[in-house]
Amino acid sequence: EIHIKEPIEKEVNPYLLPGELLLCEASTVYKYIQEDGSHRGTYGKLVCTNFKIAFLEDDSASDDNEPQFKNKIVGENDITLQCVDQIYGVYDEKKKLLTGQLRKYPEKLSNDCKDLRVFNFCLRYTKEEEVKRIVSGIVHHSQTPKLLKRLFLFSYASAAPNNTDGRNQTVMFDTLEDWRGELERTKGNVKYKAVTTNEGYRVSEKLPSYFVVPICVSEESILKYEGRGIPIWCWSCHNGAALLKMSAFPKEQDDSTSQMQKAFLDGIYKTISKPPYELLKTDDLTSSLPSLQDIQTAYTKFKQLFLIDNSTDFWATDVKWFSLLESTNWLEIIRRVLKKAIEVAECLERQHTNVLLIEESATDLCCVISSLVQVMMDSYSRTKSGFQSLIQKEWVIGGHGFLDRCNHLHKSGKEEAPVFLLLLNCVWQLVQQYPPAFEFTETYLTVLSDSLYVPIFSTFFFNSQHQKDINMSGESLKTQSGPFSFLTVWDWSVQFDPKAQAFLNNPLYAEKPKLDKSQRKTARFK
Amino acid sequence: LKDGTNWEQNEEIPRLPGETRVTDKDVIYMCPFNGPVKGRVYITNYRLYLRSVENDPVVVLNVPLGVISRIEKMGGASSRGENSYGLDITCKDMRNLRFALKQEGHSRRDIFEVLTKYAFPQSHNLLFFAFVNEEKFSENGWMVYNPMSEYRRQGLPNERWRVTFINEHYGLCDTYPSLLVVPYNATDDDLKKVAAFRSRNRIPVLSWIHPETQAVIMRCSQPLVGMSGKRNKDDERYLDVIREANGQISKLTIYDARPNVNAVANKATGGGYESEDAYPNAELFFLDIHNIHVMRESLKKLKDIVYPNVEESHWLSSLESTHWLEHIKLVLTGAIQVADKVSSERSSVLVHCSDGWDRTAQLTSLAMLMLDSYYRTIEGFEVLVQKEWISFGHKFASRIGHGDKNHADADRSPIFLQFIDCVWQMSKQFPTAFEFNEQFLITILDHLYSCRFGTFLYNSESLREKEKVTEKTLSLWSLINSEKSKYTNPFYTKELNRALYPVASMRHLELWVNYYIRWNPRIRQQQPNPVEQRYMELLALRDDYIRRLEELQVTNNSKISNSSASSASPSQMMSQVQTHF
Repeated sequence: EIHIKEPIEKEVNPYLLPGELLLCEASTVYKYIQEDGSHRGTYGKLVCTNFKIAFLEDDSASDDNEPQFKNKIVGENDITLQCVDQIYGVYDEKKKLLTGQLRKYPEKLSNDCKDLRVFNFCLRYTKEEEVKRIVSGIVHHSQTPKLLKRLFLFSYASAAPNNTDGRNQTVMFDTLEDWRGELERTKGNVKYKAVTTNEGYRVSEKLPSYFVVPICVSEESILKYEGRGIPIWCWSCHNGAALLKMSAFPKEQDDSTSQMQKAFLDGIYKTISKPPYELLKTDDLTSSLPSLQDIQTAYTKFKQLFLIDNSTDFWATDVKWFSLLESTNWLEIIRRVLKKAIEVAECLERQHTNVLLIEESATDLCCVISSLVQVMMDSYSRTKSGFQSLIQKEWVIGGHGFLDRCNHLHKSGKEEAPVFLLLLNCVWQLVQQYPPAFEFTETYLTVLSDSLYVPIFSTFFFNSQHQKDINMSGESLKTQSGPFSFLTVWDWSVQFDPKAQAFLNNPLYAEKPKLDKSQRKTARFK
Repeated sequence: LKDGTNWEQNEEIPRLPGETRVTDKDVIYMCPFNGPVKGRVYITNYRLYLRSVENDPVVVLNVPLGVISRIEKMGGASSRGENSYGLDITCKDMRNLRFALKQEGHSRRDIFEVLTKYAFPQSHNLLFFAFVNEEKFSENGWMVYNPMSEYRRQGLPNERWRVTFINEHYGLCDTYPSLLVVPYNATDDDLKKVAAFRSRNRIPVLSWIHPETQAVIMRCSQPLVGMSGKRNKDDERYLDVIREANGQISKLTIYDARPNVNAVANKATGGGYESEDAYPNAELFFLDIHNIHVMRESLKKLKDIVYPNVEESHWLSSLESTHWLEHIKLVLTGAIQVADKVSSERSSVLVHCSDGWDRTAQLTSLAMLMLDSYYRTIEGFEVLVQKEWISFGHKFASRIGHGDKNHADADRSPIFLQFIDCVWQMSKQFPTAFEFNEQFLITILDHLYSCRFGTFLYNSESLREKEKVTEKTLSLWSLINSEKSKYTNPFYTKELNRALYPVASMRHLELWVNYYIRWNPRIRQQQPNPVEQRYMELLALRDDYIRRLEELQVTNNSKISNSSASSASPSQMMSQVQTHF
């Protein structure tokens, strides 16, 4: 039964960010309250902008109900366009996925979000014209392929000159000094050096401008195969053993090429296996861990368990909850990843061996494992700024393809895989097992993952430093003058006021970051 | 000084006052986690104690004989293979112990006999250790529960409810306590007539009254309806009197804890449930909680997947297939319904199962824990256990099998453990609502089996009185209340009158790893709990700052008022300071 309440005639306008434009709107939309089969809800206006879909309640609640923890950019009833996962239309109680052109307009819209919220809007009381406009608007702006330069990131950056100082305590790793500092911090500077070979992206557009390699590796070698086959330094353990990663050569048809590549690799291995370097252990993550495809499949299944919008489904799945959870395989993947990280940590710590992680591009599972190992072994990485610097080092500058992996541009989706979320999930497991060892909280990890879909920060919206650099100059965008100055997600004051930011800090944190004392974390698995 | 035990000087083993050494022997402890351990085992009239020969690491087993459920000989005199001859001991607390002995000279016969005798004193005409225990404690746990003061705390008796002494000598019902609270408008004569129609004379009596709504939680056993569908006017009228006692116009709600089919099946043995025809003013709901046999089998399955090795590869589905958490969910769901009816719907409820001493005790005590914050304190919880479980005749002796060798007795069932598990689940969901910590719950469970205290011995109050338990034994609450800080939850914040409704969904229930898998060194969670430890440090730090602030104010004051500084007493300063925090 629907409790019809006369909508109050009152003009409610959405709060718009600089550069945000209202695209379409519909009135008398009825939003159901989640997890409740009673069809209770509220009337309001549904709007779509170039940044978000928002529901504005007619009867906006009084301000004394303000939650303590609130996001300043994305409200409770806001869904950024990047956060929309699937949109379903309900026709005669049947749900149908909406993707492109629509012939018939639905009575209800069901909106699954990437942050696992579910919104249900009833359009039965909305004027037909408005239904058409809002539904096709939402589907078009959130479900169809987009050009990079049409991301809200650019509208925002040109409308809101960035005056905030993003350089808080987080090391961004976009300068040579940052890498040198990291080498010094971990005492890796005896055997490893920061190189400038890739300034201007001479070596590769996938590699950052500056990175670190073993001292004995020459500039020619780096240039020879666009940085492939070169061990790139991630981190040095207190005992001198280092964690390295390497982009592998693709499978070659041509025999002589692959012979040459093999010889090149042998040469590299030889130079870095000799003293002063430790013994070397290589680990090809492509074969020792689940594929990105497996990870994506598991997460897709897993996610479905949480996209529940009514109590009937909730209780119906409750009895079989454990086996449902198990059948998604997502927890098993987390277990395997954690086990791998422990294995690597033990090699470094106990066997005093260098570990070289190998992956085709060295920007996916390499990032997960190298980050986890550092979180487990280096207490600095368990502080907030240390963890943020780690994300900058291994992921943002390290060249993880956030744009493709998150599928921000709604392309075919073949590249999509929740690799970064996998890391956050593994770190969460560690936070659960060692609560006082982390300066940040579960809430911090949650808002960090939510920030993947907030396109006002550049942090998670490029595939590489090179891609960001060329788009930042503004030359490729005729409309704007540029250069743009983007916000970084690490400036938490953009999203949260100081009171809310307090929720990101763990009051029980009891560890002073020490460099020498490594602490090995053993994962316990239930 | 672990668990209050004194180590006597020059002795290798700990001994309680009253504990005597019986025998000792060289054995090999077949540790399921670290392999065979050479050691010496000592048997006393209270415990089995093993210490390894090797000191690095030193392996110690300290097992009260009360936890032993079964002792089996493994291998014969002619068995081949290393360590195949010895004893296999099954315990009630989720572990087994295996000892290998030398084959020559019937070396195990002596130890087998001694163990059997002292582990099963009831089967050998011996006293429980509780009766020879000479420990001294600063607190007397027997004083914790006084039924009259507990009812007074609830505001009883009042103009609608009275205290009756009809059961003073257990003449009305030998499994009920002597003091009962019943409707003011029901005479003792009425009670006798009702008793004839309730299984084992366990008539509906008051467990708890809501301070505001005056709605009550009543408990009883099933009505003796039988195949023919017998009716009893007195019982019908009595239930109506209960309904009217809080001025209620709507129907009285009856929760039958059993699954519907089980309730129907009970008619064949003379039992049954309240029919709509006979009780038009009552509404009956079945709560689908299974019987003691199902629970026993479920725990057995759980043990299979956690001991000695934890089933890793399909952990979640294995856990699900034991149904243990599903049973926990049903018990909690039932208790939530009871609590919600009384609190939100202001309606009185009647709870029963078959005899009203297993599932009924679970439901009433959990509902009371949800509704009344007093029961969430250490002493309040002791009162709750003492009242709803011990005094109302949960058959601890039969369900646990104290000192009894018959390990396969069908009367045994982990009903009380299940209740404690539900309490633990609640404490996980409301980490600041309980004054006690996890250690408190584990200690209760350990002494549920240990027979060191009289608290859980025997099936009913009348039997306990006959055996003079309070005179001759010590109470578990003496141990706990003498060292309260050990059992206190540092996160506890006192709150009055908040009803706690846990979420009884599988998504929110967890396996109590620190209890069920505590013997496995690879699974055990960090002890002591690092969060708790850190929180205690912070509390200490706060106290330290308060103290320093106080000192500073004292010096400051003395500077200002110079010679007349003595006028401000420290306690005055304290109250000033306290306003800041």
